Amino acid sequence: MKNSAVKSIVAIGIGAALFFVCGRFIAIPCPIPNVTINIQYGVLAFLAAAFGPIVGLLAGLIGHALIDFSWGWGVWWSWVFATAIFGLIVGAFKKLYDVDKGEFGMKQIVRFNVTQLIAHIIAWGIVAPALDILMYAEPASKVFLQGLVAGASNIVTTAIVGTILCIAYAAAKPKKGSLKEEQ
Amino acid sequence: MQNLFNYIARKSPIHELTGATKLVCLILWTFATMMTYDTRILIALPIIAFILFGISKIRLSDVKFMLGFTLVFMVLNNILVFLFSPEHGVGLYGTCHQLLPLWGGKYLTAEQLWYHLNLVLKYMSSIPIILLFVCTTQPSEFAASLNKIGVKYSIAYSVSLALRYIPDIQKEYSEISKAQQARGVEMSKKVSLVKRLKAASSILIPMIIMSMDRIETISNAMELRGFGKNKKRTWYMARPFTAKDILSMVFCGLLLVLSIWSNVSRGTRFWSPWM
Repeated sequence: MKNSAVKSIVAIGIGAALFFVCGRFIAIPCPIPNVTINIQYGVLAFLAAAFGPIVGLLAGLIGHALIDFSWGWGVWWSWVFATAIFGLIVGAFKKLYDVDKGEFGMKQIVRFNVTQLIAHIIAWGIVAPALDILMYAEPASKVFLQGLVAGASNIVTTAIVGTILCIAYAAAKPKKGSLKEEQ
Repeated sequence: MQNLFNYIARKSPIHELTGATKLVCLILWTFATMMTYDTRILIALPIIAFILFGISKIRLSDVKFMLGFTLVFMVLNNILVFLFSPEHGVGLYGTCHQLLPLWGGKYLTAEQLWYHLNLVLKYMSSIPIILLFVCTTQPSEFAASLNKIGVKYSIAYSVSLALRYIPDIQKEYSEISKAQQARGVEMSKKVSLVKRLKAASSILIPMIIMSMDRIETISNAMELRGFGKNKKRTWYMARPFTAKDILSMVFCGLLLVLSIWSNVSRGTRFWSPWM
């Protein structure tokens, strides 16, 4: 196993723990029942951007499942999978906004936000409601409204929190070519 | 610190089952409840679940908070389903018995009430078992059992790492949050949502930077100890299966078979007295 494989395993574990802590303790309530404004999606988007699709997928899956477990209502699998898909998509386009390179300017910010927008729309507009209808036989209009509200609030929080995190992390990284050989 | 996963150490037959058994049973059981809307099965399952709850020596007062939370969730979900589609049951069961007129030319139907009864029964059959699993399985045994049921050990190890570091990150969060509040960062309802999100970010940035360092340190330590060198690994918390374990898994397997058979033999997931 190469170094990166071990690092991914650790990143998944720590990422899931971060996702859990953010989702469980920093929840801001909102008017629609069973939905809270969650900043953990900003964290997940950042992790996926930094470590790639597998880390995004599994950190989201484990983190969300643990949150559901700790509340005691059982794992609401349809939404857990939606979170995992979101992490996967943002991670899949890691190359477009490589935060690892230490550069996160306007170009990368736009690319990052377009990707997260599309990923959220797929996750909450398609995956979550479709699985809800399939697995729990719930009325379509209800699950689409829930998905819409969750998706919209997640897009806003990811745009703010995720972007700020990426900028801060990229700034802490040494830029490529920042060291020069002495003349 | 709050005990999040609520493991309660007591001596009972359920505690003695291995973590892997309980995980397999939980999966089989939740699938059995998820698959069917056959009310006869959905009445039997909660009864069995409550008997198991009695055997486990977990008292209702132990899970009061979690139970209350779940009940609120259940009620809200039911209300929401009803508001959005008050005649959902008619579509599902294919019959219509109108009871009372509602808004917009819609009627309160017996089928709708029946559907809600089934929803409630579904919650009643899965909640006790999930609580039972959470209360009787040690978190570290949980990770070992994931590997035992066939999850790749690297992923099981990630789960184990997550469970290990949740308390640390939680502590770190509260420390950073207090330090930032002392500097005047406001996160309460007094400020606008965007400001609150920005405030949250000012706590998250140090947390993320520290976590990235932590990832580096842990992965180096694991690397040095040769993690991932072999195809398999052993677990400190893993235990061999006993007859009791096999019996419980067979029992839960049969429940799933019953639930699937009830769907297949009647050609539908739903059951009502009018069908």
